[in-house]
Amino acid sequence: MGDMNVVKVEAYRNSFLKEVEANVEGGQWVKMCMQCGVCSGSCPLGSAWDHPPQELFMMIRAGKREEVLTSSSMWMCTSCYNCIVRCPRDLPITHIMHGLAHYAERLGLAPKNQPTRKFAKLFWNNLVKKGRVNELKLGVALYFMNGLVEGIKTALKMAPLGLNMLKTKRMNPLEYVGGHGIKDAAGLQAILKKARAIELAKAKKA
Amino acid sequence: MADVKIGAYICKGCGIGERLDAKQMMQVASRDAKAHLVREHEFLCNAEGVQMIKNDIANEGVNRVAICACSRRSKTDAFNFEGVAITRGNIREGVIWVRPNTEEARETTQEMAEDYVRMAVIEAKFMTPPSKNTEAKYDRTILVVGGGVSGMTSAIEAAKAGYPVHIVEKASALGGNAANFLRRVPQKSPYANPEDSGVAGLIKAIQADSKIKVHLNSTITRTSGAPGRFAVDITTESGATATEHFGAIVQATGFHDYDANKLPELGYGKSPNVVTQLELEKMAKAANGAVLKTKDGKEIKSVVFVQCAGQRSSKEGHLPYCSGHCCSTSIKQAMYFKDQNPTIDTNVIYSDLRTPGTGGEEFYRSGQRKGVTFTKGVVSEVVNGSDGLDVKFKDLILNQDVVEKADLVVLATGMIANSGVNIDEVKQDEPGEWKSSPESVLNLSYRQGKDIPLLKHGFNDSHFICFPYETRRTGIYTTGPVRRPMDLLQAQEDATGAALKAIQSIESAAQGLAVHPRVGDLSFPSFRREGCTQCKRCTVECPFGAIDEDEQRFPVFNESRCRRCGTCMGACPVRVISFENYSVDTVGQQLKNINIPEEFEEKPRILVLACENDAYPALDMAAMRKIEYSAWARIIPVRCLGSVNLIWLTDALNSGYDGVVMMGCQKGENYQCHFVKGSEIAQVRMSKVDDTLKTLNLEVERVATYEVAITDIERAPRLINDMAEAVKKVGLSPFKF
Ligand code: SF4
Ligand code: SF4
Ligand code: SF4
Repeated sequence: MGDMNVVKVEAYRNSFLKEVEANVEGGQWVKMCMQCGVCSGSCPLGSAWDHPPQELFMMIRAGKREEVLTSSSMWMCTSCYNCIVRCPRDLPITHIMHGLAHYAERLGLAPKNQPTRKFAKLFWNNLVKKGRVNELKLGVALYFMNGLVEGIKTALKMAPLGLNMLKTKRMNPLEYVGGHGIKDAAGLQAILKKARAIELAKAKKA
Repeated sequence: MADVKIGAYICKGCGIGERLDAKQMMQVASRDAKAHLVREHEFLCNAEGVQMIKNDIANEGVNRVAICACSRRSKTDAFNFEGVAITRGNIREGVIWVRPNTEEARETTQEMAEDYVRMAVIEAKFMTPPSKNTEAKYDRTILVVGGGVSGMTSAIEAAKAGYPVHIVEKASALGGNAANFLRRVPQKSPYANPEDSGVAGLIKAIQADSKIKVHLNSTITRTSGAPGRFAVDITTESGATATEHFGAIVQATGFHDYDANKLPELGYGKSPNVVTQLELEKMAKAANGAVLKTKDGKEIKSVVFVQCAGQRSSKEGHLPYCSGHCCSTSIKQAMYFKDQNPTIDTNVIYSDLRTPGTGGEEFYRSGQRKGVTFTKGVVSEVVNGSDGLDVKFKDLILNQDVVEKADLVVLATGMIANSGVNIDEVKQDEPGEWKSSPESVLNLSYRQGKDIPLLKHGFNDSHFICFPYETRRTGIYTTGPVRRPMDLLQAQEDATGAALKAIQSIESAAQGLAVHPRVGDLSFPSFRREGCTQCKRCTVECPFGAIDEDEQRFPVFNESRCRRCGTCMGACPVRVISFENYSVDTVGQQLKNINIPEEFEEKPRILVLACENDAYPALDMAAMRKIEYSAWARIIPVRCLGSVNLIWLTDALNSGYDGVVMMGCQKGENYQCHFVKGSEIAQVRMSKVDDTLKTLNLEVERVATYEVAITDIERAPRLINDMAEAVKKVGLSPFKF
């Protein structure tokens, strides 16, 4: 046995599993996975993941905290629900994927440059500002997500489309400055703040 | 026996009348075959037709009935007459349904039908109405060998049905292996928690049952006789022997644990904290609810279960099979810990988790809910570590090598059947020198050996799907894990079935009737002692060990042990063995009386000997689907390919048949043969056919032997057509006179 890859941890002792059960949405389901692999085989993107769902569940049971929480895998989930429909054990896999991503984010362990994560953040910040998604701003922000140079390139490439949309009144350039929102954006932000406080309190307790 | 009087009946129903010339067939029956009375009928199977035959039996003294109508497998209820011999000429499935209704086919089709009429009448002539087996006896008591859960269940069930039972148990108490169980895998919904083992309840029921007598500390030192009249010596530890009489025997001798000392790599014998499942069960039972501790007195905080320890493995000394219960047992045992203290880590390391049975999956889920960890992996080594045991394994999902610490390691080792001696290796003592053997379970005095033949891996299993309970010793049924690996619930169900089979066998033996597969057959083999050369072929080849030898080495037939396969008849080189309704003549005369056209007519004849269990039904079904085959074929059903005597072949070839096709069942490990070994024995015998062909200067292509399954509906007719083609190639036989 090559000693290098021998994992000498307090593995398979359920400690990380218990953490997941307490902190992750759907986490209490992880122990019910029977490792059939149907989810991984059903996931349209599964082959592109470092660790498809079945493997993530085994890693949790094997106590691989670091590897799971810093993984980009669960960020790859597109919520297609194929796995949920097929799992013979009825695991809410999609929800667990998002639950894991969310928990990792909360702990600050999520991979910083994972594109889905970056987009999710852009989307969220855009949304909470006025209570509505400002598509123009979101689109532009997306172009520049990977830096100025690439942003300009993408913007130039997309310019003809933008002009056409302007011509057919599908896009209002004025939205970029200000833009419309809901009546009481401040109220929404207060609600979200409260929700966050409750969530944090709950997380601390676990 | 009164004079032979044959009544031949030609049916014209089902389109036979339109396709065939009935008058002509009647002439064949009376003129060629010499039937004493010949009649035709529009619908022979209707009430009037059947009444007509009954009248002839009653008023005309007809005692042989040749029914020329549909296959012998059809209308068996209608054509069922007591006290007479019945033969069937298959002119529906065998002729009109397999031949085209065309002008040019008319002549050959009619010839086919006439041959079948001839054959039916001739067969009837050489048959005797079967009379009862004279040794029929009726002892209603059932012997159950083994007082474990299977044996106790069989005993209780048989007693419930009204049959007295004796249980013989080697140990000093009833209960067997399960007596050591703290609890058992649940058998009732919701299948969530281990439940009471049920052993105490069974013992109580037995003690309360006046029909059941228990012999503890006892073994069987001799078993002789046959169904309905077994004589069994029961010997106690102190050596006292009593002879008891039984009608049937249930062998429920169970299993013993695989010797874990053969698994030093898994730490067994090196650390006291590596135990087998059975040992953990004993530990748990002894603790009786107290906290489980290691041998050195430490409280157990982590347990690893190693599944398939020394089983499902092709390694030397390992068991190649799955014992079927161990995954569920590990789940149950993990729960012993989890239910007591959920913080105890329990990890079940498996390569395939198998939880058969209705509740298996539920029980697995329940284990997961309780926090038992299941890890798909292969354990390579268990060693003493710095703090407890180190379990080294490869996690097959994460593809990594892992070392896990554990206070206790439980090995899921397999079951080994307590099936006595392997009679293929341990030969029976010579007649007159018989001695009982302490290794044997039944100590049969039978010619072929002291115990039940084994099928595979030391188990007594018979055909898993078609006839699971049958052993190759009539009236003796194995049940529970001696038959194949199984869990408690399966063993209980199995034991109930075995009790019913034992009862059936007793009742059949009492009436002199055969049991599976020729259920209800009255005939039995008899032999002409004067002609016998004491060659022993019949006693050796009988798949059911029915024939013993007397001190002069003459065969002694035990009719109620016989299954009526006819293998002995096929084996006998001097042809002195026969049945009243099946003999060298009933078949031999049929094939001799088939009309062999002169060579210039260019009409070959192909003899087909088809097993009545599979090949013949397959051909019938082909007929129902109107699958055509060659008009040259003449098919004779045989009880088993094992009953085919080489003389039939020699006779056929000598009298000008151009080809012979033999169809028997699949042989070997996945055999389909209803007589288990019949087709295998036949194939060995047939390997000599090439020599016969050579001495006759005939081409080897003229004889073909095939394994045909009942599902070979397309293939069976094709095999006949293949022979027709082969004959076309090699030309007609030179033996036509
Ligand atoms: S489909 Fe369900 S049970 Fe199967 S591996 Fe995926 S999560 Fe586990
Ligand atoms: S819901 Fe997510 S994890 Fe499930 S199959 Fe779809 S993308 Fe894959
Ligand atoms: S070979 Fe068959 S027919 Fe002959 S004695 Fe044995 S069981 Fe009976």
